[in-house]
Amino acid sequence: MICLGIEGTAHTIGVGIVEKKNDKCNVLANVSKMYKPKEGGIHPREAANHHSKYLPDLIKNALEKAKLEVKEIDLISFSIGPGLGPCLRTAATSARALALLLKKPIVGVNHCIAHLEIGRALTSCKDPVLLYVSGGNTQVIAYMEGRYRVFGETLDIGIGNCLDKFGREIGLPFPAGPEIEKLAKKGKKYVTLPYSVKGMDVAFSGILTACINLIGKKKIEDLCYSLQETCFSMLAEVTERAMAHTEKEEVLLGGGVACNKRLQNIIKIMAKERGAKFYCPKKEFLVDNGAMIAWTGILMYESGMEMNMEETKVRQNYRTDEVEVKWR
Amino acid sequence: MEMIKRGAEAEIYLASWRGRKVVIKKRVRKKYRIERIDRQIREQRTKREALLIISARKAGVSVPIIYDVRLKRKEIVMQYVEGERLKDVLDMKSKEWQKKICHMIGRSVANLHKNGIIHGDLTTSNMIYMDGKLYFIDFGLGSKSKEIEDMGVDLHLLMEAFKSAHKNEALFKWVAEAYMKNFGNGKEVLKKVEEIAKRGRYMRRVE
Repeated sequence: MICLGIEGTAHTIGVGIVEKKNDKCNVLANVSKMYKPKEGGIHPREAANHHSKYLPDLIKNALEKAKLEVKEIDLISFSIGPGLGPCLRTAATSARALALLLKKPIVGVNHCIAHLEIGRALTSCKDPVLLYVSGGNTQVIAYMEGRYRVFGETLDIGIGNCLDKFGREIGLPFPAGPEIEKLAKKGKKYVTLPYSVKGMDVAFSGILTACINLIGKKKIEDLCYSLQETCFSMLAEVTERAMAHTEKEEVLLGGGVACNKRLQNIIKIMAKERGAKFYCPKKEFLVDNGAMIAWTGILMYESGMEMNMEETKVRQNYRTDEVEVKWR
Repeated sequence: MEMIKRGAEAEIYLASWRGRKVVIKKRVRKKYRIERIDRQIREQRTKREALLIISARKAGVSVPIIYDVRLKRKEIVMQYVEGERLKDVLDMKSKEWQKKICHMIGRSVANLHKNGIIHGDLTTSNMIYMDGKLYFIDFGLGSKSKEIEDMGVDLHLLMEAFKSAHKNEALFKWVAEAYMKNFGNGKEVLKKVEEIAKRGRYMRRVE
């Protein structure tokens, strides 16, 4: 079965074409385009305009890369939520149009679960605890009794959002994560910041404020270093708690912030210390991408989760644990 | 010293201390975080946990006696409460016994909350029955707070723990009875528990 998946929850519009053959995930094409605001953060409407402008070419491009005719596609899937309304609606509208035009079935995919499923498909992990870290989302997710449950999450802003906002204050363009990572490498002195773990949850806004208040008083490199070390240690701690609680022995990374090498290393050490295994997909599958939506679409469709057009309304606040996982 | 449990952040040892059978809770070094953060967190938490246990005792709640706090080694030496873990025995006992114990839980939690102590991990794994008394252990996730919200979260966890680990559905109701009787704000907190259950991450959002 071949599925074309459209991702469009936030700043990235992506198209992936994936084939499921002998239970293996075969990525035939995975193309995307990222909206970068001139200043400030994501403006939802402008991001949506960006997506509608580039999506038609991305679809053409993906088909060319996959060396497929559009009629060879068996299924259309799209990111139905959670995300920014205008962006979600842009992706959903195109998916509906494609499905109707080609007379193919359609499924809407939960974006967070897609991050986990593509990781499971492309690494050799089987039943991991996923640390999903992106701009808007920060969750520790694992499978239990028919659902992907959220064992820990941010109580305020996402980790990526925290880094971006700090970056903005020191004049870095969006997304600021990669620049902060570079600066942090030059930092040597740890500046004390609040450490905010509450049970299995984390909170970043207090740390962000504290860090912003230190701008001008401490070296930027030291602040970036301290911000990363503090936030990533917190993430490792709650991930470890979830692993202990669920008695799972695999940890998987997902989301754009997982591209950060220091975060990867911290989680790797944590896993090693508990005798657990560490998995991390390639960068193109860590960030938002169409392939993960296409792959999860196939899993859902094959377990009978095809949708009527009426059911394809986007869900901005779609929760990870709302999805009944029928394919496991 | 014999290790009896390894949690996510601490190791629990059985040892002897001046002729007494004791438990040593040791917060272990985590190599994934830099030394500065690691030391600071382990020290703070060791200190905080010891202080919480001591204030719980002052509030009239049965907790292990603290014999020693070794801040440099991130260790707390405390009484070994050698009883029955509630999680293991509760389902096997009679309705009357269950009711009596649940009233004890409600009264104890009321005493904690009245004194601004949030346990942070109220499950039946953390309650031990010994010599007619119910002991509360593991204040590792505890904090000090007088906020209704925090007390609500504390009790909500207990409700969830009952649901997932025990069969009798009346258990939490009995806890709530005693809790309200012993705590003036009890009613308000229980209302909060209902609200929290609705917003909880394990529940379908009500639209």
